[in-house]
Amino acid sequence: MSPLFLNALEVIVNGLMAGIMYSLVALGFVLIFKASGIFNYAQGVTALFAALTLVGFQTGQVPFAHLINTIFGTKIHHWGDGFNTILAIILTMLVMILFAWLLEKIVLKHMVNQAPIILFMTTIGLAYFMEGFGDLMWGADIKTMDVGLPSGGSLWLEDFTKGWAASGTEYYGMYIDVLDVWAAGIAILLVVALTLFSQYTKTGRALRAVADDHQAALTVGISLRTIWIIVWSLSGFVALVAGIMWGSKSGVQFSLSLIALKALPVLILGGFTSIPGAIIGGLIIGVGEKLFEYSVGGLLGGATENWFAYVLALAFLMFRPQGLFGEKIIERV
Amino acid sequence: MSGENRIGDTILEVKNISLSFGGVKALTDISFDIKEGEVRAIIGPNGAGKSSMLNVINGFYHPQQGEVWFRGKKRVAMKPYQVARQGVARTFQNIALFKGMSTLDNLMTGRITHMKTNLFWQSIWAGPAAKEELEHRERVEHIIDFLGIQAIRKTPVGRLPYGMQKRVELGRALAAEPKLLLLDEPMAGMNQEEKEDMSRFILDVNDEFGTTITLIEHDIGVVMDLSDRIVVLDYGCKLADGTPDVVRNDQDVINAYLGVSHD
Ligand SMILES: Nc1ncnc2c1ncn2[C@@H]1O[C@H](COP(=O)(O)OP(=O)(O)OP(=O)(O)O)[C@@H](O)[C@H]1O
Ligand SMILES: [Mg+2]
Repeated sequence: MSPLFLNALEVIVNGLMAGIMYSLVALGFVLIFKASGIFNYAQGVTALFAALTLVGFQTGQVPFAHLINTIFGTKIHHWGDGFNTILAIILTMLVMILFAWLLEKIVLKHMVNQAPIILFMTTIGLAYFMEGFGDLMWGADIKTMDVGLPSGGSLWLEDFTKGWAASGTEYYGMYIDVLDVWAAGIAILLVVALTLFSQYTKTGRALRAVADDHQAALTVGISLRTIWIIVWSLSGFVALVAGIMWGSKSGVQFSLSLIALKALPVLILGGFTSIPGAIIGGLIIGVGEKLFEYSVGGLLGGATENWFAYVLALAFLMFRPQGLFGEKIIERV
Repeated sequence: MSGENRIGDTILEVKNISLSFGGVKALTDISFDIKEGEVRAIIGPNGAGKSSMLNVINGFYHPQQGEVWFRGKKRVAMKPYQVARQGVARTFQNIALFKGMSTLDNLMTGRITHMKTNLFWQSIWAGPAAKEELEHRERVEHIIDFLGIQAIRKTPVGRLPYGMQKRVELGRALAAEPKLLLLDEPMAGMNQEEKEDMSRFILDVNDEFGTTITLIEHDIGVVMDLSDRIVVLDYGCKLADGTPDVVRNDQDVINAYLGVSHD
């Protein structure tokens, strides 16, 4: 095989890995959108907030330390060595559930039957609130995240693939970060678990029912508000997983909430109401932008990854606005 | 309509219900009761307020005046899901199914008020949750057999013909094993054969399970055959109330139906 082909293959595999990240964030969007028709702009910030909280618990940070110090003139910052990873993840999840619950009680319950644009504006407000609240609670500095996932290039894969190139050519083997492989594995597990849950449990069925028809859901005894708390908690969980992966890779920092914007083109490709769509859309964007950068990026001055996804989405909007898997919108006249 | 002792005490009573939308008076001072085990019909011309009455009973509408008494207690204003949890199931005039879900799943949602295991057990699909899931599945399979819809168990209901959808919607309501079953025009848009099937199901449900049924229906022949007692509404007011024989011979009813005062 020619090294050129092998390099392209490497780009594709790395694109798939990046795409999984986009898929995860998009999945969080789809869950909420299906159940309540809300496009949750705050999904990315939620991932950031979850990651911050996890690191805070892990390292034993005192929440709101800065605020406390300013008011009382104290100098506290850590209460100890922190919790072990498993406990910290469980506690973070509890925080996300509490957050979903409060959100429903304080904000969402007043938003029933509002126009989509108002709901959307609400989530923009929510995004800024969470960003500020996260800063206030855990500080604005960049943090490293270590949940014990292995990382670094896979030497085994490099050795394994070195021999693939035709003899005489210079090829040093394929480079893939083990962390990405782990992330992919966890993401796949998560999606399978979510699918099984929604197919074979009472609550999963109730989630699908609410996504399908509110009136019918109420009639069979489903409380929409309970379901919304569950859905926001679930998407908080998905955000936590995304936050862990991205945080382990690039540190916990504000840019995390920006990758969430990449989920928008992913959703345009996959359709806002389709879970498989979110996943496949994420993979297409991931692979597409890496391949594009690799093949013609140089000609265009590089950094095409910043805009490729959006241009692709725009093209998509022109010939298939409902996305690859979304339901076709037929206006009844 | 076998042995009269199948009919018991009052299960639901509405007292002096008035409901309006802006200037439109959908219901004016309506009172009637429903007895345990009976088939109670509500009839009347289009726009008479029949569907509005069901919506009041199951909590979609909240009347400006009047009371609803259920099983001997005055009911506070309730959301539809709370009414459902008290044992009231219903179907809709224009069908409200989960169109993307299979027949089986639609019927399983009917069991939701009976499923008790918590989210934790459900998440790992173990212990009580798995057992519960299978138990309820069995009950639902009984209903599928009863309605003769085995062939469409796995079909997304959105793809089914209209008559079949009506049948699945009845199945979902039955799956809830309701104390009171509300049917809004269960035979609308059906052909003669489908109507006969549906009538038989309604009678069988009432006979075999003793389920109390309240139904709205435009086909007077069907109503007279099925019901124990009939309430007649017209322009939101109660025109008559009684057995089929009484209603059939009521002059006001005859006038309303023959279009003496309006079309
Ligand atoms: N949600 C609503 N908003 C405004 N008006 C309503 C609403 N629901 C019912 N109405 C009005 O109340 C009146 C009674 O309607 P309802 O649907 O109860 O009649 P119906 O007896 O079921 O008629 P049909 O036989 O056509 O189903 C009508 O004038 C209708 O327009
Ligand atoms: Mg009606």
